[in-house]
Amino acid sequence: MFYIHCPYCCEYREEEEFHAKGQAHIARPADPDQCSDEEWGTYLYFRKNPRGLHHEIWVHAIGCRKFFNVTRDTQTYEIKETYKMGEQPKVTSVSDTLETEEAAQ
Amino acid sequence: MQKYSGFGLLKHALTYHENWQRVWRSPKPKKKYDVIIIGGGGHGLATAYYLAKEHGITNVAVIEKGYLGGGNTARNTTIVRSNYLWDEAALLYEHAMKLWEGLSQELNYNLMFSQRGVLNLGHTLQDMRDIHRRVNANRLNGIDSFALDTQGVQELVPIMDCSANRRYPVLGASWQPRAGVARHDAVAWGFARAADAMGVDLIQQCEVIDVLAEDGAARGVETRQHGVILGDRIGCVVAGNSGVLAKMAGFELPVESHPLQALVSEPIRPILDTVVMSNHVHGYISQSDKGDLVIGAGIDGYNGYGQRGSYPTIEHTLQAIVELFPMFSRVRMNRQWGGIVDTCPDACPIISETPVENLFFNCGWGTGGFKATPGSGHVFAATLARGEAHELAKPFSMYRFYDGSLVDEHGAAGVAH
Amino acid sequence: MTQINRLSSGGRIDRETPIRFVFNGRHYGGYRGDTLASALLANGVKVVGRSFKYGRPRGIVAAGAEEPNAIFQLGAEESTQVPNVRATQQEIFEGLVSRPTSGWPGLGFDLMGAAGKLFGRMLPPGFYYKTFMFPQSFWEVYEKYIRKAAGLGRSPRVPDADIYDHLNQHTDVLVVGAGPAGLSAALAAARTGARVILADEQAEPGGSLLYSRDLIDGEAPDRWLHNTLTELAGYEHVQVLTRATVNGYHDHNFLTIHERRSDHLSDRAPEGQARQRMHRVRAHWVVLATGAHERPLVFGHNDLPGCMLASAVSTYIRQYGVVPGRRLVLMTTNDYGYRTAFDWQDSGHEVVAVVDTRQNPEGPYQEEARARGLTLMRGCAVIEAKGGQQVTGAVIAPIDADGGRVTGATRVLACDTLASSGGWSPAVHLSCHTGSRPVWRDDIIGFVPGETVQRQLVAGAVDGTYSLAGCLREGLRAGVEAAVKAGYPSVPTAAPKVNELTEGEAMALFCVPHLKRTSRAPKQFVDFQTDVTAAAIELATREGFESIEHVKRYTAMGFGTDQGKLGNINGMAIAARSMNKTIPETGTTVFRPNYTPVTFGAIAGRHCDELFDPKRYTAMHPWHVEHGAKFEDVGQWKRPWYYPKPGETMQQALDRECRATRESIGILDASTLGKIDIQGKDAREFLGRVYTNAWAKLAVGKCRYGLMCGEDGMVFDDGVTSCLGEQHFLMTTTSGGAARVLEWLEFYHQTEWPELEVYFNTVTDHWATMSIAGPNSRKLLAELCDDIDLDRDAFRFMDWRQGTVAGVPARVFRISFTGELSFEINVQANYGLYVWEKLFEHGAKYNLTPYGTETMHILRAEKGFIIAGQDTDGAVHPYDLGMSWAVKEDKPFSFIGKRGMKRADCVREDRKQLVGLKTRNPKVVLPEGAQAVNDPNQPKPMTMLGHVTSSYYSANLGRSIAMGLIRDGFNRMGDTVYYPQTDGSVIEAEICSPIFLDPKGERQNV
Repeated sequence: MFYIHCPYCCEYREEEEFHAKGQAHIARPADPDQCSDEEWGTYLYFRKNPRGLHHEIWVHAIGCRKFFNVTRDTQTYEIKETYKMGEQPKVTSVSDTLETEEAAQ
Repeated sequence: MQKYSGFGLLKHALTYHENWQRVWRSPKPKKKYDVIIIGGGGHGLATAYYLAKEHGITNVAVIEKGYLGGGNTARNTTIVRSNYLWDEAALLYEHAMKLWEGLSQELNYNLMFSQRGVLNLGHTLQDMRDIHRRVNANRLNGIDSFALDTQGVQELVPIMDCSANRRYPVLGASWQPRAGVARHDAVAWGFARAADAMGVDLIQQCEVIDVLAEDGAARGVETRQHGVILGDRIGCVVAGNSGVLAKMAGFELPVESHPLQALVSEPIRPILDTVVMSNHVHGYISQSDKGDLVIGAGIDGYNGYGQRGSYPTIEHTLQAIVELFPMFSRVRMNRQWGGIVDTCPDACPIISETPVENLFFNCGWGTGGFKATPGSGHVFAATLARGEAHELAKPFSMYRFYDGSLVDEHGAAGVAH
Repeated sequence: MTQINRLSSGGRIDRETPIRFVFNGRHYGGYRGDTLASALLANGVKVVGRSFKYGRPRGIVAAGAEEPNAIFQLGAEESTQVPNVRATQQEIFEGLVSRPTSGWPGLGFDLMGAAGKLFGRMLPPGFYYKTFMFPQSFWEVYEKYIRKAAGLGRSPRVPDADIYDHLNQHTDVLVVGAGPAGLSAALAAARTGARVILADEQAEPGGSLLYSRDLIDGEAPDRWLHNTLTELAGYEHVQVLTRATVNGYHDHNFLTIHERRSDHLSDRAPEGQARQRMHRVRAHWVVLATGAHERPLVFGHNDLPGCMLASAVSTYIRQYGVVPGRRLVLMTTNDYGYRTAFDWQDSGHEVVAVVDTRQNPEGPYQEEARARGLTLMRGCAVIEAKGGQQVTGAVIAPIDADGGRVTGATRVLACDTLASSGGWSPAVHLSCHTGSRPVWRDDIIGFVPGETVQRQLVAGAVDGTYSLAGCLREGLRAGVEAAVKAGYPSVPTAAPKVNELTEGEAMALFCVPHLKRTSRAPKQFVDFQTDVTAAAIELATREGFESIEHVKRYTAMGFGTDQGKLGNINGMAIAARSMNKTIPETGTTVFRPNYTPVTFGAIAGRHCDELFDPKRYTAMHPWHVEHGAKFEDVGQWKRPWYYPKPGETMQQALDRECRATRESIGILDASTLGKIDIQGKDAREFLGRVYTNAWAKLAVGKCRYGLMCGEDGMVFDDGVTSCLGEQHFLMTTTSGGAARVLEWLEFYHQTEWPELEVYFNTVTDHWATMSIAGPNSRKLLAELCDDIDLDRDAFRFMDWRQGTVAGVPARVFRISFTGELSFEINVQANYGLYVWEKLFEHGAKYNLTPYGTETMHILRAEKGFIIAGQDTDGAVHPYDLGMSWAVKEDKPFSFIGKRGMKRADCVREDRKQLVGLKTRNPKVVLPEGAQAVNDPNQPKPMTMLGHVTSSYYSANLGRSIAMGLIRDGFNRMGDTVYYPQTDGSVIEAEICSPIFLDPKGERQNV
C-alpha cells in the first residue's frame, strides 16, 4: 500500500484515501472539432504505459478532493515526487527528456 | 513426440523414469525465421502451435525473456468461460471454448480442463437485468448459458449464504455449465511440447531489446543474449509488457498495464465444486484439485509492472469472500501473487496489424487472457500466416479506438475477468 | 499415556499447570507453555500424519514455522474448526481438540499408504499431465477421485463464532523477530526515544536464546533476556508483540502483523474480544531480524518418523524439557549441529554417533565432543534411514570431500532419532515481498536479502551472521541506525560479552549420496508435504524443466503450507547440480506474502456482515419500514421498491400505486438523487461544457434537464439542474452516480479549466426530497404552502420556488419524472420525516399513495423517459436515444462528448437506437434483457438487433410496454421483431415510439 504525499494537504496519507487517474500531462485538444478521428482517438485512449518512471494523476478522493501529479516508478513503485496541477515534474527519465527535445525542435 | 499414456507411465516406472524424453529442445536461435513470436506465454505458444499445425509454417521462433509460461499464464486463477455479452467477444471466446474441449487429447497433455461450471452472481435488480441480457445473447449465439434465481444458485452451491439478510443478497446468477477451470502451467507446457515437436524453436532466457524495422516494415528483433534474429513476420504476444514492446517499435497502444492480484488458501477438503464470481461484491472463488481455494478480484487502479498490488485489494477481496461464504472465515490464506494485465478501455483484446508493416500485436486481454488461450493463438496464427486479420479477429483491430467501434464489455456486461 | 519423554527438570514450561488435550480421539497431558508438538513428543507420539502422495508415515520434523508434517485440524465445535494448524506453533490449552489431517481410514493403517507402496513408482512428478486423458469424457470421473485425495484439513460448515479486528499503527522502527538480534535492535532504538514495535511469532520473545547453550556476560542468556524485556516494558513508546507474525512486507514500508490474541487460551476468544488482530503498520524504518531456518539433510528414507532437524531436537530438549527419543544419531555438515549431541547427552540419553560429513573438521566443537566421549565419525554420512513406522537405525558410509559419492563400506547403527543439520538458510522471505531478489553467499551457504528500495535494515542470522555475539552486535548497530534515520539522536549501546565456541567452516551438502544413483535410491525427500524427492527434481530437469520456477511448478516443490521453508534451498541445489549449474545461476524463487498462513477473518477484520458496506438511509426510512416497503439496493442506498398491502402481490401493488398516481396523487422519496451545489462566476460556463445542452440563458428560478457524456460521446449520467442565482446552481445526478459525477466535475475543473471560477460541493445528504405527482398534487401542496404562488402560470413547469412547506423552509421544483403535474419538495433533511408525515396528514383525502422505484420506473416508461444506466450502457450516445433535442451542437465551446459522438462509428445510420416496443399480445410483458431478431428461426449464432432495456405492465394503459435498443430502429417504426425466449417460445413485438402516454405533455402542464 502506497504512502502518498498530497501536495495540497502537505501530508503523507494512506493510498486508501486516493484514486489513481492515469497518465498525467495529457492536454485536451484546444479545438476538438478540428481533430481527426485518429487524433481524437489518440487523446482518448493511447497511452505511454512505461515500465519505469510514470507521470500520473491521482486524486485525494477521501481528503481534500484535489487532483495532483505523481512521478512514480511503475517497476519498483517508488514515488519520486508529487506536485500540483499545472506544475512540471522535476524527476524525469531519459525518454521524457528526448520527447521534450523532439517537441521543441 | 513421445506419446504420454498410463501404459507409458508403467513402462517408464520399470526403468526408474530414467528414459523420459525431453519435453522440448533447447535450441540455439537461427539467423532467420519465417515468423518470430515474441513472448513464450500461453498465447504465444498456442500461436506457434497453430502456425505449425494449421498453416504448415514451422520455421518459427518463440522468444521468451524468462521461462515458458512464466508471465500471466502462471499467475491467473485458471477460469475458462465464454459467456461474454457482445457478439464479437462471445464468438471469439466461444471459439476458444470449443478448442479447449478436446485439447488435452490433441496435445497429448492433460490440461485438466474441468468443466465444472461458472456462476456470475447478481446482487441488484440492475445486475439481474444485465444477467438476463447476457444470457439471452449467449443463447442466441449458441453458447450454453442459463439465468438462475436465488434458489437455483443455492442448489448449485449449498454452502453459499444466499439468505436475504446479507448486505447484498444473492438475487440470482448466470450459469455456464461448460465453463470451468484448467491447469494453467499445463496449458503452456502442452502447447510448447507440441509446437517443439513440429519444429518450432523455443528460445528461453532471451530478451528482445529492440524491434528492427526498415522503411516502416519490421525485419527482425535484437535480443540481449543472442543478438539480431531476423523474421519475415513478427507477432508480439507479451501481455503486460506490450507497451514496452510497442515503444521499441515506435508507437503507443490504447493499453495500460495494471497489477491483478490473486491468492490461495491452504488446501482444504473439497467443498466447492463450481466457480463462483461476483462483480458486485468484488470477488471470485473456485477450489483446485489440490484443495486450495483460488481467489481473485479486480485490478489495482494504478499502472504497475511490479507483479504485485496493494494490500487493501486483498482485504476487500477476502471481505467479499467471507460475505458470500461466512463459513470460510477461519480458513487461512496461504499465498498471494500478482500478474501484470494489459487492459484496454473496452475490456476487449487487440489482435491487430500495427503502424509497422509485418509487425502484429496480440494484447490487451486484461483479466480475460487465460480463458482465451487456444482461441487467441488460433486466430493470431491465421492472422500471421495470411498477413491479415482472421475473421474473428477483425473487430479487435487497434484502430477501433480511432473510429469508435469499441466492443464495450466494460460498460455493458458488468462482468470483468 | 504418561509423558514418557518428559525430562524431570528443565525447559520453560510451567510444570505447575498441567493441561489435558485431545489428539486423534485420545487424551494426553502436557503443561502450560507446551506446543501441541512438544506435548505430543513428550507423550511419545511418533506418527502424526501420512504423506499426501505415497501415504508414508510422518512425524514431527521441526519446532517452528517450517514444520511440514504435523498439520492438524483444530476445534472442539463446528464453529471453531480450524484447518491445517501447525502443531509446532499451536500452544496447548485445556480442552484443546485436534485431529490429524491426513491418513485414511486412520494413522495406523492408511489405505492410501498401501496404494502408495504399490503404485508409488507410477507417480513421478507431473504424472497427471501424462495420463487420465482417455477417453476424453472420462476426465470428470478421474478428477472426482483425484479430488477425493485433495486438501488437508476441512473448512467449518457454519459461520465463524469469533470476531477479528484491525489496528492501524505508525512507528519509527519496526523490528521483526525478537531473537538476540531483534531484541538488541529494539533496545538500541528504544533508548534513542524512537517509537518501536518489536514483533515475534512465538509465545515468548527470545528466539534462539530460549534454547541456546551460549553464555551472555558469563551467565545463561535468560538473565540478559529478562533484563532486556524489563527495560523494553518500561518504555511507553515501545510495544512488544508476541504471537504476532509479520506476514507481509508491502510497498512504502507498510507491513501487516497477524497477532493471535486468544488461540493459546481457548477454542473461542473470550466474550467481546477479537480472536485475532491484524496490525497494519506504516514504519519509517524496518529492521529485519527474522533469523534463519535450519536445512535438513536429504538422504534415503529421511522422512521416517524420528528424522528431525538438529536444532528442533535441541529446542524440544532445552525449551520444552522433552527428549524425543533414547538413542540419537546426529549428522551434520557444520559445527553448530554438534550442540544437539551435547544437549542430548546432557539430558542423560545416549548419543550413538556424531556423523560429520566433513573430512577433517578440527576445532573447539570436536574437542568438546571428544572430551565428552562422543563417537565422532568424520567424512561420513547417513545415507539411509532404516525402519518401518519409525527410525530404527542409520546406514552410515564414508563419502568424498565434495559429497558427490559414497567411497566405502556401509555400517548400520541402531537409533530411534536421527537428527540432521545441513546448515542454515536465512529467512529472507519478507525482504522479497516487494520484489527484491535475494543474493547467494558462498561463505555462509545461503541466500541473504538483496538490494531493496524499502527503508529496510537487516541484522543477525537473516544476514548470514550466525554467532550470538555477531547477532547482538548487528542488532545494536541496526537499531541505532534505524532510529537515527528516523530522526532520533544516537545513543551508543555496548554489546554484552558472549562466551561461545568458534565455528569452523561448514560443508555445502544438499543431498547425501547413496550407493545407488538418485533415480534408484530409496526415496530422498526434499519437500515432505508435497512428497517431492531428489529423484523427482532430477527427472524434472532431465525432461527439460530447467528454470527453477519450472522445476517447482512441475514437481510442486514449495507449494505446501510451509511454502518450502524446509526444502526449497535443498531442492534448488539439487536442480542446479543436475543441470551442472551453480546455485546463483539457477536462481531462487520469489517469496510472496504470507510468511505463514493468515486467517481470512483476520484479513477481513470488522468489514463483514452488517459492516461489509455502509447502508445509506433517507430521512423518511423509518416511515417506509413502518409501512411495509420492500427495499431495493441502489448504490449504497436502501430505496423503497414498492409498498405491498397485506395480501397483495407485487404486480397488484404496482398497479395500485400507478393508478393512484395518475388518478389522484402519489409520492416518492427521491432523497437519494445526487445533489451537487455549484457556485462561482463561471458556473454557467462550466455547465455548458459538461452538459450536452445549452445553459447560457437559463434564468434564476428555472430548471433544465441535462445529459452528461464522456469524451467518447456516450451518455453516463443525467439529471435536472436548477438556477438558484446568477452564479449558483443545484445539479442533480442519478442515485448511484453522485460520487462519480462530482469527481468528474472536479477533474475537469482542476485539470483542464482551472481558470474557471467555480466550486462544487455535495449536498445530497443535506436535503430530503419528496416528489408528489398526480392531478391533485397542486391542491395538496396548497394546503401546506401559503407563501408560493402555485398558479399554473405563476409557477410554471420547470420552475422552482423558495418558500415554506408545512412551516419548514423548502425549495419546491415543478419538475416531473412521471409526466403528471408534479412538485418536488426539498427540505432540510432532519425535517424530512416531519414534512412527509404532514403531507400524509393532509393527503389522506386524496388517497395520497406512496410509491417506490418500481412504480417510478413504470410511470416514467409510460412517458418514454430514460434511466441512465438501465436504458444506456456506455455504448449509447444521445442521438441513439432520440434525444437530439438535448444536444446543442452550436455552443461556442466544444462540450465534453461532442467530438466523440462524431467519430465514424458513432455517425453510422444503422446504430442501435432506443425505441418503444409493443408486444403483439398486450398481456405479455417482454422480459428485460430479451434479444431481438428479425427471424427467430435462423440458425445460431443469430443476428441480434438489440435488447429490451425496460419493460413493464402498465395498469394505466391496460397493456405491457417496453423500451429497447433496435439496430436502425428509428427507420423501422411499425416493423415487427421477434424475441426468442429461453424456454423456446418467441415473443412478437412492434417497434413504436417510446412515448406511450400523453405524447403532447398536457398532463404535466395543467
